[in-house]
Parts: sequence; structure tokens; C-alpha cells
Amino acid sequence: MRREPPQTLGDYAPLLFPAAMLTIFFVVPFGTMIAVSFFQRQQGGFYTPAFVFDNYARFLSAFFGGVLGFSLLLAITVAICCVVLALPFTYMLTRMGRKVQVLWLVALLSILSLSEVIIGFAWSTLFSRTAGITNILVALGVMSEAKALTPSFGAVLTGMVYQAFPYTVLVLFPALVRLDPTLTEAARTLGASPLKAFFTVVVPALRNTITATLIMVFIFALGSYLLPQLLGRPQHWTLSVLITDQAIYQSNMPFAAAMAVFLVLVTLGLVALTVIAGRKGEAA
Amino acid sequence: MSGLALQNVVKEFGSFRAVNNVDLNVPHGTFVCMLGPSGCGKTTLLRMIAGLDLPTGGAIRLDGDDITHVPTHKRNLGMVFQSLALFPHLTVGENIAYPLRIRGAAKEDQKKRVDELLSMIHLTGYADRPVAKLSGGQRQRVAIARALAISPKLFLLDEPLSALDAKLREAMQVELRQLQQKLGITTIVVTHDQREAMTMADTVVVMNGGEIRQAASPIEIYRRPADSFVADFIGQTNLLEVQADSTGRVEVLGQPIAGLALPAGASKGTLSVRPEDVHLTAPGAGALSGKVTFVRDLGGTIETFVDIAGRQIVAVSTPRARPDVTVGQEVGIALTPDVCVVLKK
Repeated sequence: MRREPPQTLGDYAPLLFPAAMLTIFFVVPFGTMIAVSFFQRQQGGFYTPAFVFDNYARFLSAFFGGVLGFSLLLAITVAICCVVLALPFTYMLTRMGRKVQVLWLVALLSILSLSEVIIGFAWSTLFSRTAGITNILVALGVMSEAKALTPSFGAVLTGMVYQAFPYTVLVLFPALVRLDPTLTEAARTLGASPLKAFFTVVVPALRNTITATLIMVFIFALGSYLLPQLLGRPQHWTLSVLITDQAIYQSNMPFAAAMAVFLVLVTLGLVALTVIAGRKGEAA
Repeated sequence: MSGLALQNVVKEFGSFRAVNNVDLNVPHGTFVCMLGPSGCGKTTLLRMIAGLDLPTGGAIRLDGDDITHVPTHKRNLGMVFQSLALFPHLTVGENIAYPLRIRGAAKEDQKKRVDELLSMIHLTGYADRPVAKLSGGQRQRVAIARALAISPKLFLLDEPLSALDAKLREAMQVELRQLQQKLGITTIVVTHDQREAMTMADTVVVMNGGEIRQAASPIEIYRRPADSFVADFIGQTNLLEVQADSTGRVEVLGQPIAGLALPAGASKGTLSVRPEDVHLTAPGAGALSGKVTFVRDLGGTIETFVDIAGRQIVAVSTPRARPDVTVGQEVGIALTPDVCVVLKK
């Protein structure tokens, strides 16, 4: 079907509804938040309209910088773990029979239906000393004594990777299904072992998809709020936890807003960098 | 023995036998075309030679070594896929160098070989282009060059020209055959196009239902088809029922033919007569008689359809020997024994 570019204003009419929804539910609240981030805080939980940089200035401290750094690091680690795990998994899945595929996809979708709270508590039980997986290892004779694996960074990472893994598979799945299976066969006839074929043909041919997936999981993980608190120590708390803390428990809306705006800016910057790096790599 | 040997190769998918007891010897340096209708098992057979599918029975030998269970990447072969399977993330040069890079060849050697191959396929200077920017014929050549980069022992092609338009396809057939003769490489092509097979092959292998029906030179296949499937599949032919009576006299469509004999002991058979061997004569006088039902004048050839006792026979003649007939006219058809092939039932 050939599509012509819109000619008159009337041709844009179908856009009105989504545009209005976006404006009311996204642009306006986001604008409000940006405005609030410059407001003056009043003791007792209120704020007065103003244009001050105090909130941003306060943010530029070693403590908040550290939390921001940790949040980014955690999100990047989650994104990399998810893609590294999901890419071979999804590749194998696309080469299986239809029934097996459906079964796995249904299982993954059912993980998506779980609430973050349930995932968090399930993992904290699995990582506990009294009822956790270490008891199985003790029974098998691998470990001498059951111990608690939570709270720890590993526990936070596991929980978040578990939560983001289904998204990663669902994003990678269509691209891998579309990938011509004769490409890997050709690589094999040309002398590449199946593993080499995967790394020299499948991964490079899907570079754009992989970059997009990394960005998606990164942003998804950046907003995590519950799992770091359920499975980690306070030093594993993300910026989202601090923002909530400021907004709800410290009643400091302007500072919370400033942190949120800053987080959005840093995220956008990182995504832009990734896209530019990807373009450069393609041109080279 | 030097070359490729298939010994009782069987491939079963569940209860379905895709390839049934195939025996075939391909001497070193020959060009073999496997020809057959879709689903005849030819592609499965090729994939087993490549190691992409494993046979469920039998053995595959290359230069005397059993390679039945050698993994594909250790067989040192070159294969061109129907989809060509050029790597979209690599340039023309990188695609051709891929098998060399995988084997850890030095950068200069890779470049030298790529230049050699590019000049062989008449694409000198194309090394840095992305494959997406090439035309269909150019991509075809790149796929061929990539498969030949390591000078493989075996060159396999799966319907390699099917994506090209008719004119380009004919030109590529000639080019591919000339290339193969220059390199002296053992080549196996799977095709469903009999013109392609006739143009390129030393040996044509006609397959149907997972079995080899005949393996012989193109002209032998055409002149002496082994059975009615081969006769019908290769070129046009007239298939006629023949009967012999107790005295050995042979009848076609109820009319006797002098000088034709069936194999000893047989009383029935099928006769294959190529349309260009059917000569129209005046009715009577030792000829079958029939009625012209249609004349198709194609300029280069003239096809005359003759109805004899309810069977339609096609005669093809050149414009020089244009038969002077019109629809509805009574004509005679002279069948001489030397143009008739009696087929196995």
C-alpha cells in the first residue's frame, strides 16, 4: 500500500486524540514537575512558586552523586545481564517447535503478570537462611551450612534480572524470528562452528536490535524502586527510592522533582550517546 | 575413489521417507545437476551432503573418507543457498573473506584472495560496497565467490539461480558452467529447471519420490529416458501405450508398426516419442492416421496437435519444414523404430 504524506490540516485529525492524551497525561504533569523543581520549599511540606536552583545545588553532593552513579551502574548491569542471557535463550527458542515456543512464551508472560512485590518477597524467601536455596545445597553436600544470601547486591541484581528477562525475550523474539536461518547455515558451510556462527553472524546482524534492547532494559531497570529495598541494603537503594523518600516521607516536593528531572536528563543523555555510538559504528 | 559417493543414503522425517536408498557416484571434477519436482528429496539430499541434515541411514564418502557424521564446518565445502544468505552486516569483500577469516588467514592473504575472486566474478573494485547495494546478478556472483574462497573440494548450489529473471538466469548458467570447467571443481546443483540442468551438467540426476529415477548425461537422459516419469519430466514427449500380440507384432493405438519390438517376454509397454521426431505424412501407407486438432505457430517452431483414436500427439517442426496442414485435415504419422523409446512399465 502506498501512503501519501498528509496534505491538509484535516489529514492530521486522527492524531488529535493521542496528542491530547499525551499532552494531558504526560506533557502537563512533566511540565509541572519541571516547574516544581525550581520552586522554593517551605518548612512543613509546602512550596511556593519561585525560580531558584537550590534543589539542583543540593543534589550536587557526593552522597546523591553516589546514589545516581549506583542507580546507573545497576541499570546497566541489569541490561547487560538480561541481553547476555536472553539472546542465546531466544535464539534457541526461535529454532524450536511451535508448541515449545508457545509454552515458553506463556511462561514468560505469566512472570510479567506477577507484581514486583510478589517477585521481591519470593526471592527474599528463596535467598533466606531458613527456607532458601542454600538449604538444598546443604542437602546436596555442596555447602556445609545454610546462610542468607539477602540483603546483598547479588540478590538485587537477580531479582531485577528475573523481572526484566521476559521483556528482553519479548523484544528480541520478533527480530530473531525474522533472521534468515540460512545465514547461520551458510556460516557453518563456510567453516564456522555453531558457536562461532552465533558470534560472527547472529550477533552482528542483530546489532541494532541488541542496542535497542539494552536501552529498553536499562530504562526499565532505572525506575526500579521496590526490589532494591526488599533485597538490598541501604547502599543498594536507587535514586527512585530517594526520590520517593523525599517526596513522600520528607515532604520535599521541589527536591524530589529536581532529582527526577536530573535522572531523566542523564538517562536521555546516555541513550543519545548509545545511539550516536551505534550510528558511528555503522558508518565505520 | 576420488570424488563423492553416496551409499544407500536414507533420510526419514518421522514416518516419511524423504530420501530412499540413494546410491550415487560423483567422480572428481564433474558437474552434477539434481533435477526433480518439488518435494522429490533433492534439496534434502544436498543438505545431507553439506552436513546440514544427518542421514538416518547409509554413508556419504568424499575421496574415500566417510564424512557422514563430520560436522558441516569441518567438511571444507562451499555452498550457495537459494536465498544466497549473504551476511547483511558485512561488505562484499568481508563476505567473500568470511571463510578465510574464520580459518584465521592473514589479513594480506585474505585481501589478495578477495581481489582474485572479485576479478574472477567480474566485480573488481566492489570490495567495499555493502551487499544491499548490489543487483540480483551481482549478489549471485558474490555468493558464488564466497563459496569458492577456500577452493573447496565440493561446490554445492541449492536452486542458485531461481531468484534471477529468465535472461540473466540463462547467462549465469553458461557462466557457472564455464567457471566450473576452469576450476575443475566437483559441483552439485539442485534445480527444478530442466533447461538449467541440460545447459550445465555432465550428469543429470532425475529424482522423484525420494529416489533416483535416472542418472546419466543430459543427451542420454533426453534420448534414452529410463522410464515414463523421466521421459515426461525432461522436455516434451508423447507417451503411447503399445501392445504386442503372440507373434511379436507391435501395435500402437490399434495400428501396427513395422520393425518395432518390445523387450523379450513383455506384451505391453509405453512408448516415448519426442515431438520433433514425429513426422507428418499423407494418410495411409504404413503410417498412423489421425486428424489435426490444432496448430500452434510460435514462429521458431510449429506445434501440430493430432488426434489419433482419442489420444493427442504433438509434432514439432521447424519453419523450413512447415507442414502444410489445417485443422480438421486427415494426416498420417510415420513412427520409425529408431525414434521410439520403449520404456519400463
